[in-house]
Amino acid sequence: MKKIKIAVFIDRENKNISAELDVDSPVSDLLKKLKINSVTVIVSRNNELILEDEKLNDRDEIKILSVISGG
Amino acid sequence: MQIKLNNQNCCSEKPVIQLTAGEKLCKNHFNEYFENKVFKTIRQFDLLGKEENLGVALSGGKDSLTVLTILNKLSKQNPKIKLTAIAIDEGIAGYRDKTLVTAQKFCDENRIQLNIFSYKEEFGFTLDEMLKILNVKPCSICGVFRRYLLNKKSRELKLTKLATGHNLDDECQSILMNQMKNNIGASARLGPKVGVANDAKFSQRIKPLYLCMEKEVTTYAFINGLLDNFNECPNVVHSFRAQVRDMLNDMELKFPGTKYGIVNSFLETLPILKEKFRGEMVQACSKCGEPSANDVCSACSYLEKLRKSDSIKI
Repeated sequence: MKKIKIAVFIDRENKNISAELDVDSPVSDLLKKLKINSVTVIVSRNNELILEDEKLNDRDEIKILSVISGG
Repeated sequence: MQIKLNNQNCCSEKPVIQLTAGEKLCKNHFNEYFENKVFKTIRQFDLLGKEENLGVALSGGKDSLTVLTILNKLSKQNPKIKLTAIAIDEGIAGYRDKTLVTAQKFCDENRIQLNIFSYKEEFGFTLDEMLKILNVKPCSICGVFRRYLLNKKSRELKLTKLATGHNLDDECQSILMNQMKNNIGASARLGPKVGVANDAKFSQRIKPLYLCMEKEVTTYAFINGLLDNFNECPNVVHSFRAQVRDMLNDMELKFPGTKYGIVNSFLETLPILKEKFRGEMVQACSKCGEPSANDVCSACSYLEKLRKSDSIKI
């Protein structure tokens, strides 16, 4: 199956990674792959929030932002 | 605004959030929904009177910036609600110094007076120094001094109430932590409004974000430009609270609505708890005169240990 490559920034870990997913994979698949609980994050693409059922595109740049309070 | 009770979108605009009940809201509808939810919470729990000299505890994080933003809107609509912000500088290098810059910038831009009080100036030690001297849990000692200062400074500033950014997740964690530690008396001091009005010793505290989930608060902060770079207190990862938080988030994922369930059922029992524990504690600390459950308050006890241990090291 054809794959897409996504650039991901995870703010809580201050880390940039690259993820490979099947074509037409939604945000929820990316979170599952990264073992991130969707309750604990919001996700943005091009500085706009996207929901878990939003399909990802090849070379998307995604930010995963933690909703956890800093303390 | 009518919100559809299913998985449909609110309108043709792109949604920014899916609520627990399933509805998907765009930026404008979510802003309206969220602010109305906070205003409704204020009315439902009678958090504000017609006239207030209201303080807002500001850390510079998303929760306190969100509550300050919404209360500032309220204050502009109602000039009898006067607003001032209080920040506590615990002295946590690499963390609080950054969030205080955000807090100051926000207050300057919105013409809100910000009063900053530090552990170093008030107690003689930063939190980082305290933790080098005493072998204690960081969040416990920090909480004692922060509550002490917020209460004392609110009184000195003649604030009628102090609003904090506590949200539904924070409350849910506190309820469970108190249950697990068999400290139900502490739960009697939870709820959307704590303390009584016009008390000589206690400043009344209110939590306007009481029914807002952390994800909703973060979404509001994001779309309104209040979300700064992620910045977590270095001490929080070791805390009991962090473990309870993770457990609750796992449950919320598997069983959506868990957090609302815990807080709503707690609200049913809160009047009984308050009645049961009414009149307990509250005496004046024999050293500083601040409210205390014992002869000497926790802040004075810690300070005595800090000064003793510090002089031994010297």
